[in-house]
Amino acid sequence: MANEQPILQLEDVHTYYGNIHALKGVSISIPKGGIVCLIGANGAGKSTTLMTIFGIQPAAKGKIFYDSQPIEKLQPEQIAARGVAQSPEGRQIFPTMSVRENLEMGAYLRSDKKEIAKDMEWVFTLFPRLAERLGQLGGTLSGGEQQMLAIARALMQRPKLLLLDEPSLGLAPKLVEVIFETITQINQDSSTTIFLVEQNANMALGISDTGYVMETGKIVLTDKSSVLLESEQVKKAYLG
Amino acid sequence: MARSDVKKFFLYSLFLGILVIPLVGFPTTTFDASRAFTVWGAFVGLLAFGMIVKGVRRSHGYENLSNNLAPARKRIKDRLNAVPVKYYLIVLLAFTVIYPMVANRYLIDVGITCLIYVILGLGLNIVVGLAGLLDLGYIAFYAVGAYTYALLNLNFGIPFWFCIPMGIAFGCIAGCIIGYPTLKMRGDYLAIVTMGFGEIIRLMLNNWDKLTAGPNGLYGMSKPGIIYPSFADGGLTWVIFHLKSLQALYFLALVFAVLTVIGVQRLDKSRIGRAWVAIREDEVAAELSGVPTMWLKLLAYALGASFASVIGGFFAAKLSYTNPNFFIFMESCIVLCIVVLGGVGSTPGVIIAAVILSAVPEIFRDLQNYRMLAFGAAMAAMMVLKPEGLIPATRRKRELHVAEQNTHEET
Repeated sequence: MANEQPILQLEDVHTYYGNIHALKGVSISIPKGGIVCLIGANGAGKSTTLMTIFGIQPAAKGKIFYDSQPIEKLQPEQIAARGVAQSPEGRQIFPTMSVRENLEMGAYLRSDKKEIAKDMEWVFTLFPRLAERLGQLGGTLSGGEQQMLAIARALMQRPKLLLLDEPSLGLAPKLVEVIFETITQINQDSSTTIFLVEQNANMALGISDTGYVMETGKIVLTDKSSVLLESEQVKKAYLG
Repeated sequence: MARSDVKKFFLYSLFLGILVIPLVGFPTTTFDASRAFTVWGAFVGLLAFGMIVKGVRRSHGYENLSNNLAPARKRIKDRLNAVPVKYYLIVLLAFTVIYPMVANRYLIDVGITCLIYVILGLGLNIVVGLAGLLDLGYIAFYAVGAYTYALLNLNFGIPFWFCIPMGIAFGCIAGCIIGYPTLKMRGDYLAIVTMGFGEIIRLMLNNWDKLTAGPNGLYGMSKPGIIYPSFADGGLTWVIFHLKSLQALYFLALVFAVLTVIGVQRLDKSRIGRAWVAIREDEVAAELSGVPTMWLKLLAYALGASFASVIGGFFAAKLSYTNPNFFIFMESCIVLCIVVLGGVGSTPGVIIAAVILSAVPEIFRDLQNYRMLAFGAAMAAMMVLKPEGLIPATRRKRELHVAEQNTHEET
């Protein structure tokens, strides 16, 4: 894997929100087929990193390569069309659409009806709860179910690279475990590369191969996840 | 009736008095007591009626009665729901077709106004109801349509039917002009900018004397014509028949309205409609799903604008006259009221609201200066009693339905 081209590479990316310098030269490399996590405190710039990758909050400076091609100037829908999907923070699902309609929205760019149906079956095996709630409206689901729906919707794009923004946010510990198990399963089943952004450092480092630690818009530490789990610096700051 | 209710009644009456008496009591500079107190009395009467109805509904007896009647009510509702929508549509269409044959000139004129507002409401519903973009300057596109026809017809003699596609084109362009710079805006900011745009268009029409004749307006446009073959002289000649009668114009407006309804329904059910709903519900999530939000928002503006533009051309042709004062901010508000009152995103709701809002001021015409007051009071009452609109869009209805199911499951 080491000599293969990374599926996504950020090189010295800077992003601004108006005058606020949110990302100050972020460089991340995500190898194909693995799970990479980005951990850090609230407001460190983790979500901004994802929004910048997707072109929603475009990079002011720096390069982003996806499959060795620059994507930092592309529109979000073009990036989605190339096989990147994101499950956004805070379970942003479509509240008045049913679970089925939400999943269909995930497959908005696809027209292969048979394959879409197949993928829907697949996400139902991953999240059986969603199959039970098929006709229910997104807004009436419980928090955990909404998180499942957000991930499932992203999977309906049949992505090569899946970006997950804080899938554990506000969920009960037991549910967090279920979600993380499913994330590992997604990675194994479909060989989808996963880039996981998390505050829950323990869980995230537990399932990922490589970890990045972010502080105030900068990457301060990167190593194999197993090494980071043992690192004194990370332990003190994030594992408690 | 409880004592607190009596207290409330007096408080509310007093409040109404403070509100109404000075407003109604001074037609000139002298105080007209009889007039002020009659109107106040009417409001207090309405208040008493409302409070009594509310009291009865809360009482134990009513609850029993209502529970006993519930199965019957449900049966009636089910039976009504069992009737296919098709039949309702046929009845509605039959009524709209027969209407001009039995109504007098005044009523037909009101009917045309209703149809115009139906189209404006449905057009704005694309922007506000489907795509979720608050537009307070919508009437500007109506003005664009009216002036497009007026100028093209007066200066170049281009007939109505050729001006309509041009009106659509200009409407689209105007929609994109307002849409493009506001793409990143939402909510209040968007409302303010669109309002400004509406005023810019009106002021431009008002001040560009050389082109638009300013506040005097443009007149003398020809009516929409129909070309038909004639064999009167032995040979074939084409005759233009101008639709001068109100009835003919009514039917033309009806055709436009029916086409608009069909078009809007199709859009609503299409992939584009679904994407608009996604944008309205959560723009970031829509972008992440690969919805080209920028283009779709522009498309919403352009399509909404072109509906307004077409009917604007019709409006100018019908009157053979247009002036900037037809397109004041108040008109934008009324169209927005139609959308909100009818139920955001709901086609049948918007149609009914358009008919009500264009007919109600006519009904209140006898109240003369107070008809806008009555109109406002009616609007406020509607918003208190039915905040989700006359006929909420199915999406919302479904939401309530599911919420109801949830509570049943829990209990």
